[in-house]
Amino acid sequence: MFELLGVPPQALFGQLLLGLINGAFYAMMSLGLAVIFGLLNVINFTHGAQYMMGAFCAWMLLEWAGIPYWGALVLAPVIVGLTGIVLERLFLRRLYHLDHLYGLLLTFGLSLIVEGLFRREFGSSGLPYGNPMPGGTNLGFMFLPHYRAWIIVFSLAICLATWFVIERTKLGSYLRAATERPELVQAFGINVPRMITLTYGFGVGLAALAGVLAAPAYNVSPVMGSNLIIVVFAVVVIGGMGSIMGSIVTGFALGIVEGLTKVFYPEASSTVIFIVMAIVLLLRPAGLFGTQR
Amino acid sequence: MADRASDAELEVAGLHGHYGESHVLHGMAFEVRKGEVVTLLGRNGAGKTTTLKAVMGILRSRSGSVRFRGAELIAEPSNRIARMGIAFCPEERGIFASLNVYENLMLPPEVKPGGLPLDEIYKLFPNLKERLGSQGTKLSGGEQQMLAIGRILRTGATLLLLDEPTEGLAPVIVQQIGATIRLLKERGFTVLLVEQNFRFASTVADRHYVVEHGRVVDMIPNAAVGENVAKIEAYLGV
Repeated sequence: MFELLGVPPQALFGQLLLGLINGAFYAMMSLGLAVIFGLLNVINFTHGAQYMMGAFCAWMLLEWAGIPYWGALVLAPVIVGLTGIVLERLFLRRLYHLDHLYGLLLTFGLSLIVEGLFRREFGSSGLPYGNPMPGGTNLGFMFLPHYRAWIIVFSLAICLATWFVIERTKLGSYLRAATERPELVQAFGINVPRMITLTYGFGVGLAALAGVLAAPAYNVSPVMGSNLIIVVFAVVVIGGMGSIMGSIVTGFALGIVEGLTKVFYPEASSTVIFIVMAIVLLLRPAGLFGTQR
Repeated sequence: MADRASDAELEVAGLHGHYGESHVLHGMAFEVRKGEVVTLLGRNGAGKTTTLKAVMGILRSRSGSVRFRGAELIAEPSNRIARMGIAFCPEERGIFASLNVYENLMLPPEVKPGGLPLDEIYKLFPNLKERLGSQGTKLSGGEQQMLAIGRILRTGATLLLLDEPTEGLAPVIVQQIGATIRLLKERGFTVLLVEQNFRFASTVADRHYVVEHGRVVDMIPNAAVGENVAKIEAYLGV
């Protein structure tokens, strides 16, 4: 069969794996963006910078404090999430009553500043971060590095846990209700402003967690976020803002689509997601899983 | 305030409210005594709904005085007001589409002990029990209204603000809601009701305040409704 397609199986499965890994990052990032947009009405353009901050935070924890990867996996999202909470308290909360455009401009500007500061301090060539799980397994049809398998399993677990909390728990019902009608939820006695702050902190922490996860797989570099975020926004547009599961499925699916394009028509691999986006916008402007709002 | 003369549960005085630039409430003043059912009657746009939202703190730009059991609420955010024991049922019912019926019912947190247990709410509104797994907004209008009232009975709030609970509902459901309000009164709840339908209001309420242009212009005890029908109809423009 592989001869028929003119593609060696090693290349096919290798690209599928890479696609799944990219998809894992798309899913975690678009999940956070969707949750933040739903409740805050802010298109969080800082998301890429916060992903980068997560990776750098892991690097600093290792280099400056000797805290290894597994510690950073817990600490970095908390630290970067806290910076998100400060950001929400100081700036974002002044914009909720305004058009989306203002939140977008603020967060875009902030991400330029953050990226500039990191580039000034660390240069733009990137810093290495050691692989905490060296080695791999030969599956017969391909070689599977342990760390890559970990990325997929862990991010899938985080995505599903987030889905479960939002769709199946009491806390999640507050979040869903406040996304629809914050003023009524608050009139039931729930401190919605605090919930908004914590939700933003959570979404930012999720981006930072993706950053930590990415650090050993790619270089830690100030521009790693801006490279990723454009694709992630396309993923969000394709999936639509309406559904948590939609963000997860779209993220992984588009990673795979990208990987397969690399095998069969490499010339289009960097544009295929945007072609899909254009088609989806033509046929379903609210996105595959989205609802008009 | 130990020396309060009345047993007022809710005292509103000199209440002003704005929506952006437009001044909607012009010194609303009324009181609701403990265990009473009181209505705000008036035409569309008179400021009845706005009054409820100002009491609840949903309308932020408000001034004057709103006292609940002697405590001033005017500067409190709505979540704190709810925690003191006031609950609000909005005119458009506010059923959440992304929550199922059970989640909608359980959404408002318990603010005080002494709310109705779930069993009693199911007894009042048997339809709800059969549809717990349905999406909230898939219910009929009447069922949504029952859900909107049912969920605030659980919380232990003692003062209920109901905004046009009978609007657009079939007569048999209006009767069911009337029976519910009478039962709530029996149970010692205090109810402030906004109504356009004064025939319905006169079957449940103790007193009626007539609202025009953002202020109270008249108060009619329910016992005196019979001799004041013509006057009330003139107020309401029916």
